[in-house]
Amino acid sequence: MADEVILLDFWPSMFGMRTRIALEEKNVIFDYREQDLWNKSPILLEMNLVHKKIPVLIHNGKPVCESLIQMEYIDEVWPSKTPLLPSDPYQRAHAKFWGDFIDKKVYGSARLIWGAKGEEHEAGKKEFIEIHKTLESELGDKTYFGGETFGYVDIALIGFYSWFEAYEKFGNFSIEVECPKLIAWTKRCVKRESVAKSLPDSEKITKFVPELKEKLGIK
Amino acid sequence: MASSDVKLIGAWASPFVMRPRIALNLKSVPYEFLQETFGSKSELLLKSNPVHKKIPVLLHADKPVCESNIIVEYIDDTWSSSGPSILPSDPYDRAMARFWAAYIDEKWFVALRSFLKAGGEEEKKAVIAQLEEGNAFLEKAFIDCSKGKPFFNGDNIGYLDIALGCFLAWLRVTELAVSHKILDEAKTPSLSKWAENFCNDPAVKPVMPETAKLAEFAKKIFS
Repeated sequence: MADEVILLDFWPSMFGMRTRIALEEKNVIFDYREQDLWNKSPILLEMNLVHKKIPVLIHNGKPVCESLIQMEYIDEVWPSKTPLLPSDPYQRAHAKFWGDFIDKKVYGSARLIWGAKGEEHEAGKKEFIEIHKTLESELGDKTYFGGETFGYVDIALIGFYSWFEAYEKFGNFSIEVECPKLIAWTKRCVKRESVAKSLPDSEKITKFVPELKEKLGIK
Repeated sequence: MASSDVKLIGAWASPFVMRPRIALNLKSVPYEFLQETFGSKSELLLKSNPVHKKIPVLLHADKPVCESNIIVEYIDDTWSSSGPSILPSDPYDRAMARFWAAYIDEKWFVALRSFLKAGGEEEKKAVIAQLEEGNAFLEKAFIDCSKGKPFFNGDNIGYLDIALGCFLAWLRVTELAVSHKILDEAKTPSLSKWAENFCNDPAVKPVMPETAKLAEFAKKIFS
């Protein structure tokens, strides 16, 4: 029986990008359905009753919500020669720790860069840089976060790269100057087909930010 | 494996610390419990969890594992041949368990914690509404996950039971402090029965703090 895989998503979402990349890495054919977050569709409201958020992965009619959880699910349902998570328990726990760190820290500080002014904006920028230096230190001299193979932590973070140009413009700083090794890592990641297919153009995101601010009622 | 091989940095009152303790009990893994003093952080904690500086931290042959739900999964993966499975075996059931555990931490517990800090009547009403909505979600989740068995994980307690059950002592303390029944048998009968079963589980009983002791501790830290 053929699998039916639907992804409810929103093109600029760095969280949705994770699931897109994971599905592409596994060569899973999926039906991408763009959602209007300001006019939520019945399917979105039904499939993510609790949070009403994207991305939602619907596999043979059953919803899986939360992008990191979707990544693990995809890895378990479509095991392949190149797993997204390591098989060693300690390395798995280590990868999940960093995925959780990215989830807890990156979005919040980034949001203050484009969405806040004055002190809040400065604090966001400072925190964003600190967080990325921590990530850069964790990456070290490895090719990818997991070592030689592209995986879970890389996928958890790379979506934010499409927003970097926007952050730099609104924050008036250079991420490459602050974290050169991390930028080098992003360049390696975007060479992968799964990533190139899943990330929107940075320019498109940068153009979108003022529209997003208006929709959110931020000046 | 020698018990000195497994250490847990934590504190008796922390519900997050309770999670790996229950998991280690389920797997019959002996461990050394290194208790932090409330209000200060040991050198070992700061060295083992430099990023968050928080408990619990599991040290397995001196290698640290951080974040309570991640530690529970690590325990399940590492001692997989010992004791019952903590996570379900089906990928969809696993995704559900992880989803609800994340919901509990990000929404439900945040609401519970804010109840103790809530100021006026309006604020309290808002928090009660949030918790009641959360409880209704969890009641349904329990019915869906348990499939007629006593626990979220079926016949034995598992990941999601642990993720929610660890808060039961704090729940009771909060109920006493605000004089309001948060987990109501009338509104959430299945969840209430589950709570009773959970607290009586042999892996849970030794690590669940007594309500009176916890209430006294709560008074001290919130004063």
